[in-house]
Amino acid sequence: MNGLNRRQFISVMLTAGGALLVGLRHAAAAFQPKVPIDMLGEALTSLGAFVRIERNNRIVIGARGCEIGQGVITSLPMLIAEELDADWNRVRVEQLPYGYEIGPDGETNRYGPQGAGGSTSITDGWKDLRQAGAVARWLLVEAAAQHWQLPHDRLATEASHVVHPDGTRMPYAELAERAAGVLPPPEPVTLKKPEQYRVIGKPAKTVDARAIVTGRAIFGIDAYMGGALTAVMLRCPHLDGSVDTVDDTQARKVPGVRDVFVIDGPVPGSSFDTNLAAGVAVVADDTWAAIKGRSALKVTWKPGPWTQESSTALEARAAEALKGDGVSVRSDGDMAAARKAAKRTLQARYQVPFLAHATMEPPHALIKIEPDRALFIGSLQSPGGASTVIANLTGLARDKIEIRMTRAGGGFGRRLENDYVAEAVMIAKKAGRPIKLMWTRDDDLRHDFYRPYGLHQLSATLDRKNQLTGFAHLCAATSMNYRIARKKERPPGQGCLEADDFPAGLVPNLDKRFFSLESGMPRGPWRAPLHTFHAFAVQSFIDEIAHETKQDAVELRLKLLGEARELDYQGHGGPKFDTGRLAAVLTRCADAIEWTRKRSDGRGVGIACHFTFGGYAAHAFEVSMDGRDLRIHRAICVADVGRVVNPLGVDAMMAGGTIDGISTALNLAITVKDGQVQQSSFGDYAIGRMAQMPHEVEVIVLPSEREPSGAGEMGIPSVAPALANAIYAATTVRVRKLPLLGELNRLL
Amino acid sequence: MPQANAKIDKAATAAAAVVPGPIELTINGETFRHTGAPDMPLLWYLRDVLRLTGSKYGCGVGQCGACTVHVDGKAQRSCLLPMSALSGQTITTIEGIASGDDLHAVQQAWIDEDVPQCGYCQAGQIMATVDLLKRKAQPSDADISQLTNLCRCGTYPRIRKAVKRAAQLLADAKAAEAKAAEAKAAEAKAAEAKS
Repeated sequence: MNGLNRRQFISVMLTAGGALLVGLRHAAAAFQPKVPIDMLGEALTSLGAFVRIERNNRIVIGARGCEIGQGVITSLPMLIAEELDADWNRVRVEQLPYGYEIGPDGETNRYGPQGAGGSTSITDGWKDLRQAGAVARWLLVEAAAQHWQLPHDRLATEASHVVHPDGTRMPYAELAERAAGVLPPPEPVTLKKPEQYRVIGKPAKTVDARAIVTGRAIFGIDAYMGGALTAVMLRCPHLDGSVDTVDDTQARKVPGVRDVFVIDGPVPGSSFDTNLAAGVAVVADDTWAAIKGRSALKVTWKPGPWTQESSTALEARAAEALKGDGVSVRSDGDMAAARKAAKRTLQARYQVPFLAHATMEPPHALIKIEPDRALFIGSLQSPGGASTVIANLTGLARDKIEIRMTRAGGGFGRRLENDYVAEAVMIAKKAGRPIKLMWTRDDDLRHDFYRPYGLHQLSATLDRKNQLTGFAHLCAATSMNYRIARKKERPPGQGCLEADDFPAGLVPNLDKRFFSLESGMPRGPWRAPLHTFHAFAVQSFIDEIAHETKQDAVELRLKLLGEARELDYQGHGGPKFDTGRLAAVLTRCADAIEWTRKRSDGRGVGIACHFTFGGYAAHAFEVSMDGRDLRIHRAICVADVGRVVNPLGVDAMMAGGTIDGISTALNLAITVKDGQVQQSSFGDYAIGRMAQMPHEVEVIVLPSEREPSGAGEMGIPSVAPALANAIYAATTVRVRKLPLLGELNRLL
Repeated sequence: MPQANAKIDKAATAAAAVVPGPIELTINGETFRHTGAPDMPLLWYLRDVLRLTGSKYGCGVGQCGACTVHVDGKAQRSCLLPMSALSGQTITTIEGIASGDDLHAVQQAWIDEDVPQCGYCQAGQIMATVDLLKRKAQPSDADISQLTNLCRCGTYPRIRKAVKRAAQLLADAKAAEAKAAEAKAAEAKAAEAKS
């Protein structure tokens, strides 16, 4: 059934059909607050939750996702437009709000899944949005069939017209009213075959690019509300610390400052269901007054339980932890026996630091709370989470909470948590006014759900022919599943070490173990969380094995991957991992960088590949050192993400992921000292600038007939190891600690 | 201009708390009078008072460039410019570089190369590029590498292409203009000869 089960199908049908019938019989009743007026238009011409047809035959399509830069405002409507046979050049896209409602069977979302995380938007939309478009098209064709007194299947559609067998074309607009009265199809509509695609697979530019380049696009931070005051917070710099004394005399004297009050933090050890840190809120007429008021505060803190925590101590504890037994994540064969029988054992340790998300648009929230309802406007990745947080803190029912998502200035996982939403609610309740909460950059870097810190110890056992007989991956890390209620039941290693990742299933003896490290740092997912976290270690180590055993690093990987076949993969992105697809991106990447060509002039080439969330990617770089700086002469990214919905979008994600990967691998680390995060600006958390970047990322996307996998995260995990491997090739210095540049200069 | 007056009134009301003497400046061709805090950075005046939200907050300390505007034609980071320093100055923001519906060549190039991902830094990138192309009509790769605006999504390669495309669009427009002027001059000459 095209990936939809019967129940999902009925829900699509109810939205598609239900709204129509309402539209016909009770036009006024269709004006529910959750449907933006733009989408409703004339109720008679609305074909379900996603499609409206204007009188001039322009099609308006609702975009349900959270647009964080991954392009879903373009790609998800493309799926609908394809099956609707809409003229893409005349489609206008409108952002949909969060669609929570109480249906006959309880809680539901009239638009389906809306969150942005795990590269799932396209895979989800592939299942239900095409069907939604196909149903709307079916209704229009049925209307034409009734009009022309012809059987449904003698009619065709093209570019927002129904086509009569004699070639007569009738615009959808002329059929919309009749279509709104047609009973929906009794069965799922058959979807197009790929050879019929007119929109999917064709490059489509960002639909709201014109608004972006003219400064008219509204991001969450650009939203204002009559009567709202602006709030900034001075948060406790100590992990789990609290407010001791507050002298707000000077702050209150700042013109425009209206109020100053303490906001409590979560109880140490309790789950992060609300805000992240205790602090003092300054509420003012505008942002500048609030910032000035904050600067004038005199606050002392109680440091809390983590005063001994530091990155240096954490590194020592990680090394110590590896001496223990840990928790087994996967064990194949007998690794201990393999060690005994080995002709040779190689071992190396790799370190990855805490990372901040540093979304270009910092966290913010605009909220109005009334006795019987609330309105939230802002940049989100998890509107469902925001809705829950607001409901929990206000006591309002979730269907009384309206959430309008805006274009978001980046996400990278930061906005999967809604601590800043909670904070805004807490402040608004105290202030008794609508609140626009603003975070400054130092707030953002010092208070985040950081990508975990980890120490990976990898060992390989080799027989006399240098064949890999065993592989052990021990990972000591600050678990990602820390104080997040919904992750409580998950094993601590999840998010840091995946049982079935490469080379699991490819070596006879395998031992993967996780060692949990205590830390007061809040942790969370950071773009391709698990995979950026460990691919650096695994893919660097494979390179080391190749060099140590005098094998070609590409050949070694291909030999390990073996013949093309599917292996079981339990983690996100499964249920299968296709060794042939990973081998294909690696091979193509090696060809593109001319892997076998010897380099001179201090240049070196490195390569790596990884499987992330159902997609396959390989990176290769050609680098040289220029004093203390690294020059990247060529950057290649080869990806197989299944069928491509928007080639321009996938290219953007791969190139962007590569640049993000380079910037992060070279420069970025969050460190902690005396229980306080040490970074607070782009000076000490130095996102890469143009001058540091390759001029071009050569993106090659392999054609595929497989179902699309999404593309937001596949383009980053293999970057750091490919860079480290290239640095080794250029300098013979093996960098085993991120960020690379500082460590490389230390070693040189 | 009644519209401009209305804006002055709005601005004045919003910042009526302190009156240390008004600061008059021109923004996108309209005159505004700021009567609020003189140390308020231009960025917050644009955003919170005038609701010109195209210029973005990214760091507040001049490191990221998301707030880039033009002050008397030169790119500046508006988060660091106190209103008190701007009396009599002419400001252009991202909202002010197109002529009506006709986009600036840099804006058009940004669309043509499909540069934006999240889009948040792009107004600043565009304003920095307009400034660069004024100084270097045909920028080299090294010139383009001097752009210091941060992009967290990693759009730098497409920005580079768009800068080059914009330079070409501007050069083409200039050539077309010169050609038109030449034709006009020739026409005038011919008319003169005729008379």
